[in-house]
Amino acid sequence: MISVEHLGKRYVISHQRGQHDELRHTVENSLRAPFRWLRGQYKSLHSQRQEFWALKDVSFSVKQGEAVGIIGRNGAGKSTLLKLLSRITEPSTGRIHYKGRVASLLEVGTGFHPDLTGRENIFLNAAILGMPRSEIIRRFDDIIAFSGVEQFVDTPVKRYSSGMYVRLAFAVAAHLDPDILLIDEVLAVGDAAFQKKCLGKMSDVVKEGRTVLFVSHNIAAVASLCSRALLIDGGCVEQSGQPASVIEHYLSKMRMHAGMPVGERKDRRGTGRMRFSNVSFLNERRQRVQTLSCGQDVSIEFNYELPQGAPLDNVAIQIKFAGLFGQPLFACLSSARLGESLTLLPNGSIRCRIPRLPLRSGSYGYSIWCTVDGMLADYVSEAGLVNVVEGDFFGTGKFPARDTGDMLVDHQWSLDIGADNHRTHKENCAIASKTNPMA
Amino acid sequence: MTSFEETIIEAGQPGKQYFRDLWRYRELFLFLAWRDLLVRYKQTMVGVAWSLIRPALTMFILTIVFGHFGNMPSGGVPYPLVVLCGLLPWQFFSTVLSDGGNSLVSNSGLVSKVYFPRLIIPAGGLITGLVDFFISLSLLASVMIWYGWKPADNIFFLPLFVLFAMIVSFGAAAWASSLTVKYRDFRIIVPFAIQLGLYISPVGFVSSIVPQRYQLLYALNPMSGVIDGFRWSILGSQHPILLQNMIVSFAVAIFILFSGIRYFRRAERTFADVI
Repeated sequence: MISVEHLGKRYVISHQRGQHDELRHTVENSLRAPFRWLRGQYKSLHSQRQEFWALKDVSFSVKQGEAVGIIGRNGAGKSTLLKLLSRITEPSTGRIHYKGRVASLLEVGTGFHPDLTGRENIFLNAAILGMPRSEIIRRFDDIIAFSGVEQFVDTPVKRYSSGMYVRLAFAVAAHLDPDILLIDEVLAVGDAAFQKKCLGKMSDVVKEGRTVLFVSHNIAAVASLCSRALLIDGGCVEQSGQPASVIEHYLSKMRMHAGMPVGERKDRRGTGRMRFSNVSFLNERRQRVQTLSCGQDVSIEFNYELPQGAPLDNVAIQIKFAGLFGQPLFACLSSARLGESLTLLPNGSIRCRIPRLPLRSGSYGYSIWCTVDGMLADYVSEAGLVNVVEGDFFGTGKFPARDTGDMLVDHQWSLDIGADNHRTHKENCAIASKTNPMA
Repeated sequence: MTSFEETIIEAGQPGKQYFRDLWRYRELFLFLAWRDLLVRYKQTMVGVAWSLIRPALTMFILTIVFGHFGNMPSGGVPYPLVVLCGLLPWQFFSTVLSDGGNSLVSNSGLVSKVYFPRLIIPAGGLITGLVDFFISLSLLASVMIWYGWKPADNIFFLPLFVLFAMIVSFGAAAWASSLTVKYRDFRIIVPFAIQLGLYISPVGFVSSIVPQRYQLLYALNPMSGVIDGFRWSILGSQHPILLQNMIVSFAVAIFILFSGIRYFRRAERTFADVI
C-alpha cells in the first residue's frame, strides 16, 4: 500500500538571524566583507551553513488496513516523515510509492479563516483536506452534529471559544474518507471528553480497514490503536514491530538516555551561548539524591558553562516535567517567579527550589531550556529522568486514588455552617440535652 | 475503494503529474478564490462599493492632473473616458499582482501543512481581480452614458485584451509570489513598482505622446499594449494601435508568463521549508 525506500531529507541551516531576507544579507555581507577582510576576519558566507539530515535512509512498507504508530523523541524526524509522505516538502533522496487517496492532518483547522463563519470554514477546510464539494454538501449535517456547535454555524469563528474551534475543525477531519490517513499529534488538543471522542473516531477509522499512520507522543494511544509501531531516532527507523515491544524498547532507551549526563548530550538546540553541563536534585539537607519523595522539599541544581567566558545578562531558565508518555505536567520558569531576568556568572550554578514536591510515585522526565536575550541558547529535550517514591504529602498518610492523576496539590477544606443553621444546630443540641438526661 | 490511483514521490523528480494535479485541485482553487472574495469586504462599511469608489476617485484626480493641468491630447474623446479605459486594466493588473505577490506568505499556514499545487494560490488573485474588474466596468458604462459616447465596433475584441491583461498579471504575480517567499523585500518592492508603473504606463495619458523613435522601447512594457488595446476596442479608431507595438508587448507578456511559471515551479519545491 505504502512503500518507502531509502528516504532522506536534508536541510541547510544557516546560522544567521532571519533566514527569510537573504537578499539583505547578500547585499549586507558583500558590503561588510571588505571591512572584515581588512581586519583579517573574513569568513565566507558558506562556512556559516550547515547540513542537517532530518531523515536518513528510511525504508519501510505499510500494508493496506494497517494502523502504524510512529514514536520517537522530539526532533527525531517523525514530523518530517509525515511532511514527506503528504508531499508538503520534497525528499532529498529516495522514493515513496503509494496507492489511494491520502489525507493528512498535520494540524487541526488548517486554513480556517477567523473572519469566516463556521459554515463557510467547514466548506473551506474540507476542500483543503481534499474532500469533493458534492461530498461536503452530503456530509455537512453530520459534520455539524459531530462538532456540537449547531447554534453557532453562522458566527465567525473568531468569536468561537478555543474548544469550539477545535471541535469544529476535528469534526471536518473526522468525516474525510481517504484510503490513507496521516495524523500528527492532533489528539493533543481539546478537553478530556473530546479527546476520548477523537480516539473513538480514530479506532472506528482503523476498524473500517483504512490505512493510518499516526505520529504521537501519546504512547497509550499508540498501544491501543495501532497494530504496528515504528520507532524513529536520529532520522532513522530504529525498530519496527509489535507496539508493545517497540514501546518497551523506546522507554528503556529513554531511561538509558536519561543516564547520560546532560553535558555530554549532542542532541541539543540553541545558539550555545550557555550550555547546561549537569542537573542534580538535592534534598532538604542539600545532599544530592537519586530518588525523591513526594511532599519533600526539593532543590534542583543546574550547572552550566559559558563558552564565551563572560557574564551573561537577560537569561531565563525553565525546567519542564513530563510523564513517561510525554504528557506535560508542570514547569518552573525563572522569569515567571523573579519577574526579571537572571545574570549568569562563569563557573556558577543556579538552584530552583520546589517546596513539597507535588509528584506522585513514579518516573518522570524533564526537559531544560535556557534563553538569552529572548533567543534559545540551550535546550535539552528529555534531559533526564527522576524517580519519585510515595511520601506523606498531606501529612495525613492519605491520598486520592492513583488514577486521579500524577500530581498532588495542596489545598484546604472547611465546613461553612451558615448562621441560621448554626443556631439550629445549637438549639438542637440544647433540646437534645433536655430531653435526654443521659447526654 | 476499488481503483486506487498511484502516486510516486521521488527525490529530484518533481511531479510529472503536476498539471494533472492542477486540474484535480480546480475545486480548491475556486474555494480559495471564493474565500478571498468573502473576506475582502467583510467588516468594511461600504463593502463592494469600494470597487467603484477607488477607480472613480483615481479617474477624477488623473483627469484633473493630466487632462486639465497637463493639457494632454485625448483624440477628441472626453478625458475621463480616456483615463478610465487605461485605469480599468491597470487596476486589474495591480490587484492581481499585489494580492498574488503576498498570497503565498499570507497563506503560509496552508503551504506548510497541506499539499496542493501551489500555483493555485497566486492564481486566486485573478478571480478577485476579475470580479473587481467587472464591477468597475459598470462605472465605465455609466461614464459613457453620461457623455453619450457609444462603444466602438472594436468592442468585440475587448475579451482578447482582457485575456492579454490576465497573462501579464498572472505572470508577474507568479514571479512576485515566489520571490516574496524567499526575499521578504518584495513585500516593499511590489507596491512600489505598482506605484511607479501607474506613471510609466499610459494610464493618465495616451501612448501616442511618446516620441516615434521610442515607441518600440515603450512597448516593452506589456501593460502599454494592454491599455492601448483597451482604448482601441472601447473608444475606437481615434486611438489606433500599432501592430508592431502590440507584437512586442504580447511577446514580453508571454515571456513573463512562462518564465514566471517556470521560476515558480522551481522555487515551489522548497516553499514549505523556507516560508
